Amino acid sequence: MVKPKSAYSIPGKIEKKEHHIIVVWVDNEAGVLARVVGLFSGRGYNIESLAVAEVDKKKHISRITIVTQGTPGVIEQIKLQLKKLIPVHKVADFDRNDKNILFRELALFKIVAHSKKQQKAKKICKKYNPIIIDKSKKSFVIQVTALRREIDKLTIDLKPLGLISTSRTGAVAMTKGAKIFN
Amino acid sequence: MPKLLTGAEIVFKALEDQNVEYIFGYPGGAVLPIYDELKNHKSIKHILARHEQGAGHAAEGYARSSGKPGILLVTSGPGATNAVTALTDAYMDSIPLVCISGQVPTHLIGTDAFQECDTTGITRPCTKHNWLVKDVNELSNVLHKAFEVATSGRPGPVLVDIPKDIQFNKGSYKYTKKNKNQKPNNKKIDLKEVDKFINLLKNSAKPIFYTGGGVINSGPEASTLLRELVAITGFPITSTLQGLGAFPGDDPQFLGMLGMHGTYEANNAMHDCDLMINIGARFDDRITGKVDEFSPGSKKVHIDIDPSSIGKNIKVDLAIVSDVAEFLKLTLKRFKEKNKNFLSSNKQKTSKWWQQIEKWRDKKSLNFVNSEKVIKPQHAVQRLYELTKEKDTFITTEVGQHQMWAAQHYKFNKPNRWMTSGGLGTMGYGLPAAIGVQIAHPNKLVIDIAGEASVLMTMQEMSTAVQYKLPIKIFILNNEYMGMVRQWQELLHEKNYSESYTAALPDFVKLAESYGCVGIRAKDPNELDEKINQMLEINKPVIFDCIVDKNENCFPMIPSGKPHNQMILGPEEEEEISDEGKVLV
Repeated sequence: MVKPKSAYSIPGKIEKKEHHIIVVWVDNEAGVLARVVGLFSGRGYNIESLAVAEVDKKKHISRITIVTQGTPGVIEQIKLQLKKLIPVHKVADFDRNDKNILFRELALFKIVAHSKKQQKAKKICKKYNPIIIDKSKKSFVIQVTALRREIDKLTIDLKPLGLISTSRTGAVAMTKGAKIFN
Repeated sequence: MPKLLTGAEIVFKALEDQNVEYIFGYPGGAVLPIYDELKNHKSIKHILARHEQGAGHAAEGYARSSGKPGILLVTSGPGATNAVTALTDAYMDSIPLVCISGQVPTHLIGTDAFQECDTTGITRPCTKHNWLVKDVNELSNVLHKAFEVATSGRPGPVLVDIPKDIQFNKGSYKYTKKNKNQKPNNKKIDLKEVDKFINLLKNSAKPIFYTGGGVINSGPEASTLLRELVAITGFPITSTLQGLGAFPGDDPQFLGMLGMHGTYEANNAMHDCDLMINIGARFDDRITGKVDEFSPGSKKVHIDIDPSSIGKNIKVDLAIVSDVAEFLKLTLKRFKEKNKNFLSSNKQKTSKWWQQIEKWRDKKSLNFVNSEKVIKPQHAVQRLYELTKEKDTFITTEVGQHQMWAAQHYKFNKPNRWMTSGGLGTMGYGLPAAIGVQIAHPNKLVIDIAGEASVLMTMQEMSTAVQYKLPIKIFILNNEYMGMVRQWQELLHEKNYSESYTAALPDFVKLAESYGCVGIRAKDPNELDEKINQMLEINKPVIFDCIVDKNENCFPMIPSGKPHNQMILGPEEEEEISDEGKVLV
């Protein structure tokens, strides 16, 4: 390795990255999404998926769900930095492998194929709460809800069966049981 | 029904209610209604800069030296973009600024109108928060919220963007005065954590206090309390660049500044300590050097008001989120109750540590080879210190070698006397900052220790100093090079001095005269004292052109990627350092 010539220090040990789901409650005001997303890009954090919508019409609170990857230190920083933003009310953070949290992502697939392949495609989707929301002779649009990695796999499996268009929401999350995020 | 006010009137009413005395700014089309209203508010004085960056740094200098927020008023488009450097500087160094910017009328936003820019978009990453006000009835709330955000927690800059039609529109003004002593965002400190901290103090054989700008930002009381805690523990203390002045620079317990150009004793003590007490500092990369080898054997305590500063760069063993003064007050009270004679009873425990520190001190790492023929820059700073130390002097700096020499050789005894751009490292900071300091302290001596390259970046502000009769002293260590760039090129890039020499520099004495102030030049070490004294006697702005050794490097230094205990002490590193011809510091 070439000896670095710099006024800055060289990077140290690199820790292992973890997948986390960060949930942020924010005031739904102009530019708030830019503040959250800008924080991620400005500090070099990663966004794998993003889902956002207003969840309280009266108080104008939006819920943002971000799937991210980072070392434990980075995940901690993401939470602390988000909490410093003025429109942010609270921040929750979950490990993707946490069994007490429900994660779901919704996807729409458009399949164009002859009927044999169509049948096959529908069969593959069976496990993931499929709903056919549009169909024609040559095609159909199917809605599924599943985990991210399951949808990742579906897109690969459906490809040879005539998948020509995919639309995904990004993951959303909720706790199991009677508890809520705090 | 309350009387309706125009947006411009609301701006001034809010500023009056916030007890604002000075605004630093520059007018322009989109902010004219506010400028028009200025004449009706005699308690607020406007300082006209020559560039919005200058206005911003002046507001920073005002804020840092007074503890009050600095107010900046600029127009849309270029006015706002010119202010971005100052806002970023304030963001990095935690300086409370409230920037009010004009914006094109609301119906033109997004049309690429004349002097339009996405000000809130551009300043989003360099402010704590910003607002685009689209309803005049929201304006008073937003302005007061802006002051609260800027001054609470870890202070910083905020921006309020006001479209021109909102400045004209009429709306209602709302403000309810809050309790002055109320410090928002300040959680109650857990007493268990304080007791844990006290236990660590009692069990340490090799402790060190490492203090930063957070002590200064917490107010003068924090410095007084810090001095007491350091005195009753008898522990050594080192400070970051921003923390200088919180503890007396000439006190025997003070090891000098730490970090890349810190002293040998401070950096070695940081490396070898068993207890590091970080109060209001942020483990910046200029301080830690190589993170993996940073102070490997120590327990680390971090007291900071900003939770995101804790654990960002260095993992710590005990973290306390608090204002420094609040924490110290509580700690001192509890510590003194139970540990009456700690200083004498604990002396034995830390005596070996102090012996080791004295050995490091004996290296005299700030020494340099003085000269009879040319002025050494370190010598110039030392003479400036000796000739001004009896006065309550305020020092600002630009960025580069001169900045480090100033930090090493000028000793500060009080907080808020040292204004330097540490985080962002903004060349051109010092001259306008000195203007802001002089505004806040009209009868005090204010000196900008400068480099000739930095100072040319905001030299136009001399015109501001002359206009407002601000007798700032610009003390230029002139080596014709961007000295720190040259130093790195010498040490890391095989002496390829690519573009770091400035040809065709102006004659600074004549330049001073053309601005209507006084120029003084010193070339010879023998005339230095006399010329400095001459400068101090002039009650006008002065540019002092101090011609110094062109090839001097700033030592000691921690080379890149090295831990604290591998410092370079000087160019003669390999040889035994002889005491002859060296100046004792």
